Amino acid sequence: MATDTDTGVPSLRTPDRTQDRTPDQTLAGLDALDIPVGEQRPLARRTWSATWPKVAAFALFLLLWQAVVWSGWKPTYVLPGPDEALPEFFSQLGTADFWDALGRTLSRAGQGYALAVVIGAAVGLAVARFALLRTAVGSFITALQTMPSIVWFPLAILLFQLSESAIMFVVVLGAAPSVANGVIYGVDYVPPLLVRVGRSMGAKGFALYRHVVAPAALPSVLAGLKQGWAFAWRSLMAGELIVIVPGHPSIGANLQNARDLSDTVGVMVSMLTIFVVGVVVDAVFNALDRRMRQRRGLLAEGSAAVKAARGPRRPGPEAGAEPGGGHLPAPARGGEGPSDTGV
Amino acid sequence: MTVLTADTALRIDGVSRVFGGGAGQVRALDDIRLDVRPGEFVCLLGASGCGKSTLLGLVAGLDQPTTGTVDTGGRRVGMMFQDSALLPWLTAGGNVEVPLKLRRVPKATREARVRELLAMVRLAGQADRRPHELSGGMRQRVSLARAFAQEADILCMDEPFGALDAMTRDLLHDELERIWRETGITVLFVTHDVREAVRLGDRIVLLSSRPGRVAEVIDVAIDRPRRIDQPQVSELAAAVTARLREEVARHGH
Ligand SMILES: Nc1ncnc2c1ncn2[C@@H]1O[C@H](COP(=O)(O)OP(=O)(O)OP(=O)(O)O)[C@@H](O)[C@H]1O
Ligand SMILES: [Mg+2]
Repeated sequence: MATDTDTGVPSLRTPDRTQDRTPDQTLAGLDALDIPVGEQRPLARRTWSATWPKVAAFALFLLLWQAVVWSGWKPTYVLPGPDEALPEFFSQLGTADFWDALGRTLSRAGQGYALAVVIGAAVGLAVARFALLRTAVGSFITALQTMPSIVWFPLAILLFQLSESAIMFVVVLGAAPSVANGVIYGVDYVPPLLVRVGRSMGAKGFALYRHVVAPAALPSVLAGLKQGWAFAWRSLMAGELIVIVPGHPSIGANLQNARDLSDTVGVMVSMLTIFVVGVVVDAVFNALDRRMRQRRGLLAEGSAAVKAARGPRRPGPEAGAEPGGGHLPAPARGGEGPSDTGV
Repeated sequence: MTVLTADTALRIDGVSRVFGGGAGQVRALDDIRLDVRPGEFVCLLGASGCGKSTLLGLVAGLDQPTTGTVDTGGRRVGMMFQDSALLPWLTAGGNVEVPLKLRRVPKATREARVRELLAMVRLAGQADRRPHELSGGMRQRVSLARAFAQEADILCMDEPFGALDAMTRDLLHDELERIWRETGITVLFVTHDVREAVRLGDRIVLLSSRPGRVAEVIDVAIDRPRRIDQPQVSELAAAVTARLREEVARHGH
């Protein structure tokens, strides 16, 4: 390092030990050849390429909807077209009632989901950790997960009457099993080599969880969280339709109201709201997931695998179809040096 | 458990390791006996699958022998794995930092130490790169830096320089030898490269295959500093290679 004063001519095999070292520049040169060249598209183009398919899909959906209306299958007071529903949706965005309802729905969702995450994570960790617990309740968790949340409502209403607690009860029961399963699978699939690495560095107990198990389990935990959200949101919507707490307006209650008044536009506005919330939350989870995969180099590998499975494209002008064909010539690896591998 | 005397850092005593049971049972190691002095550099040579990695795992306490004992007298054992085995969610610097965090080294000291270790393996500017952005050889060097960050008394190294080009490897041989001399650590070094074993080792332990046994122990009586292309090194390497061929042929492998 500091002793390398001879930064001039690379003198490879002089007897002097301090000069025996290859100058750092040479190595830096080798490393420069080694580092894969990352491609980074500009933000505007990435945003555009992520947005336009969604816009196109939405436009197609509107077109189909309008086509059904035009076909005259139902009278327009039963099935109005997007030309009626969309303006109503946007005019609702300007009313305080709408935001009051949306706020209550979102706060219920947030609270229920948060509680479900805490309970699910605790149960998941305990099941992953203790074999007896796994044998006892491991398979019940999945069974619970597959139970439609709506079947819990009769019990919830008997226990809590028509109250916020009844809704919370069902939301938590709907979401927690997914979170727990995410944690369990995450811990189960931690690569044993990484656990050995952690142990060899002296990590035990909590430190091993903090430095190795938790980060290694994160992809599965995140998948569980995402699925848990989906279940929480569905359970909440079922809950708001069935458990209408007097004086507590919500998106679900609005939906039920509109149905009672045969107000199809009102029904559609509520459904559109529910859908938009779903899209937004999904985008948040996808962004988190993408970031995590990018950091771990999973993104490039995964899409490369899919591309490879699709088979090579037409060979380019400079025979670039072969994987790795575009690489610079590697510096003599092993072969050049005086190495005798007899084994 | 035996009590180690002052001139033994590691005693492997009658160690066997059997994997599985019934018909598919594999006796990876059989009755291995080896005493290693403090500060000694021991190289393990043997055909692929003869149990070298298994032996290191036993020494590092990651696995328990089926019979026999491994005694390190409470010394801290560090490990550098055969695959670089970096944590994929951390940067190069983050990986080197983990052993320091685990020993509760204060943050300020940690940062300086990480920089120092990465500079030592000639990766000074690469601290913020993630493992997948590094070449195989660079990953191995990060793994080497991480192994040194453990500041173990006994360092087990499993084919650490397998993926390096000759130039980088020569450089790291010098660096490893320097650190070994300065810190007085005991090194257990697995390699397939006979010259590398002769270049670095005080002793070379030849292992036979199926089951893995100590076939021969060879003292390397060549003065240091050595160079890998030195005539004495080549001579001894040729002799060891011949002995290894014999061992491999004997097993019809
Ligand atoms: N967990 C395991 N279960 C069953 N067999 C195993 C296990 N680990 C190792 N073995 C067997 O033990 C033998 C020794 O394996 P080991 O990895 O120690 O070999 P090695 O000498 O390090 O080989 P290489 O030079 O190729 O790395 C092999 O035959 C292997 O199949
Ligand atoms: Mg091995």
